[in-house]
Amino acid sequence: MNADSPIADDLAMSGSCTRAKVENFLYHEAALLDGWRIEEWFALFAEGATYEVPPTGDGDETDPATSLFYIADDYVRLRERVTRLLKKDAHSEFPRSRQRHMVSNVRVTALVDGVADVACNFVTYRARRGVVDTYYGQHLYRIDCNAAPWRIRSKRSVLDMDMLYPGKLSIII
Amino acid sequence: MSIVAALPDSSGAYAGMIREDRERHLFRVARQAFTDEAVLEAERRQIFDRCWLYIGHGSEIAGNCDFLTRSVGGRELIFNRDRGGAVHAFLNTCPHRGATVVRESKGNALSFRCFYHGWSFNVNGRFASRFEEGNYGKDHYDGGCADLVQVPRLESYRDFWFINFDRNAVPLPDYLAQAKEFIDLVADQAEAGMEIIGSGQQYIIKANWKLLAENSVDAFHGLPTHSTYFDYLQNVGSLRMGKGFDASANRMTDLGNGHAVIEYGSPWGRPIARWVPAWGEETRDVVQRLRQGLIRRFGEVRGLRMAETSRNMIIFPNLVINDIMAITVRTFYPEAADRMAVSAWALGPCGEDAALRKLRLFNFLEFLGPGGFATPDDQEALENCQRGYRNMREAGWNDISKGMPRAGAPRNDDEEQMRCFWREWRRRMTAAA
Repeated sequence: MNADSPIADDLAMSGSCTRAKVENFLYHEAALLDGWRIEEWFALFAEGATYEVPPTGDGDETDPATSLFYIADDYVRLRERVTRLLKKDAHSEFPRSRQRHMVSNVRVTALVDGVADVACNFVTYRARRGVVDTYYGQHLYRIDCNAAPWRIRSKRSVLDMDMLYPGKLSIII
Repeated sequence: MSIVAALPDSSGAYAGMIREDRERHLFRVARQAFTDEAVLEAERRQIFDRCWLYIGHGSEIAGNCDFLTRSVGGRELIFNRDRGGAVHAFLNTCPHRGATVVRESKGNALSFRCFYHGWSFNVNGRFASRFEEGNYGKDHYDGGCADLVQVPRLESYRDFWFINFDRNAVPLPDYLAQAKEFIDLVADQAEAGMEIIGSGQQYIIKANWKLLAENSVDAFHGLPTHSTYFDYLQNVGSLRMGKGFDASANRMTDLGNGHAVIEYGSPWGRPIARWVPAWGEETRDVVQRLRQGLIRRFGEVRGLRMAETSRNMIIFPNLVINDIMAITVRTFYPEAADRMAVSAWALGPCGEDAALRKLRLFNFLEFLGPGGFATPDDQEALENCQRGYRNMREAGWNDISKGMPRAGAPRNDDEEQMRCFWREWRRRMTAAA
């Protein structure tokens, strides 16, 4: 996934995969997370999908097989993450925080056989006990637009903060 | 107003913050020790200015002229290797007007140059600018007054490097005392040596630093705080309490000088070398070979101890080496009485098999770090403690008495390891300035 490749409007507008459709999909995802409907959020992922948050300051190509990430879930562990977060004993989210997920600057950076690489900026706010945590950076997706409904094959959330000031990543940013 | 500031001689106040009653089996710590900025200021002078503090692992500056910058003990430091391979620790401040000289977090350079006025330095710290004659006298070039200032003491044990701001501190091996044996149990895991993997995790916990020192070696909290992690192990088939899960290994050892370790049989997989079904059959043989290799090199007892037994160790005041479902090296420093900055790294064998390296990192993240299945709940616990200490005028004492009436050796889920820490804390806080 290369977020820096030139925007190909004709590419992004071709076929069934338009940027507006991609934005709708991302806004739907954000709404599920805002509402803590994380089982429905997990259902957006294709079997075998990955979900990653790399270390701050590493390059785009960093690999969880050789570098220590914050989160590097395979499909099973992502399911388990959701299962865990819904329990009262996931203490860091009990009582639950309030969250708002902002998504913008959406670009379709590649489209091959109906599989889209998508980059977007994000800001996520998390409020709890009088403290507001702010997470920001870029999401990089690979989305299978052939599937009905669409399925996320991979999501990588690259933080722009130079350290993890909020301390925890107990939510889905 | 704090009771510390109110007393002309505050060492009595620090002694009074620990109440140990061996007859009644009570050990209590004043919550003021976690909240009072005056206590923190005294800790900076009495503890962080005098104890050996971890700066980094040799593998992080593996090549000649490699450098990194790091905050340690409230200072900004350069940790580097010079052209000949010798390791240095410098105070990262220009001898001229004080600007930090190196501003990148890491890199490789033949010299360092302060951008403000262009003073430059060899990587061995010597002043290297060649200004026109008449600008500076001989002492600037030969007398050392324009060189980077070295940290007073820098020593290593098994490639774990420590600094000390106290020129008169005891040598590092004496300071580490019995902790050396447990560093060996980690350092011996690979014949090619061990290395820090990638760049590590940096995060904030809004709690007093000593809460993390306690938490890092606290087995008592494991089940209540981390039940969701054990649920996860169960769900993925890793919770096997059968062969190899040997409760007789469970113990706590006072390592001297405030250091302590707990050892215990554990249900999780250990990349060195305890296989679990969640890793898949394809990794079973290679883990088994590692296990046999340890037994061959160290004998059955020590080899299996390295393979099977988990260990959480605190080296006073702020270094944690936990050899659990992966190896984490963790240090932390107070930014305020109620806030600490944490740095945590993964350690693994040099030249580790690629599949095992991947597994090691995957296993690390199932429990450890701000996005793991356990650490966020530890952070939550520590922040809740700090919040609870707002009640300290009426509810002023922590209890860490667990296991005091027990005859024989302390168990790993007792609280003797915290009592070791606090006795050393009291000793240092009440020592002559």
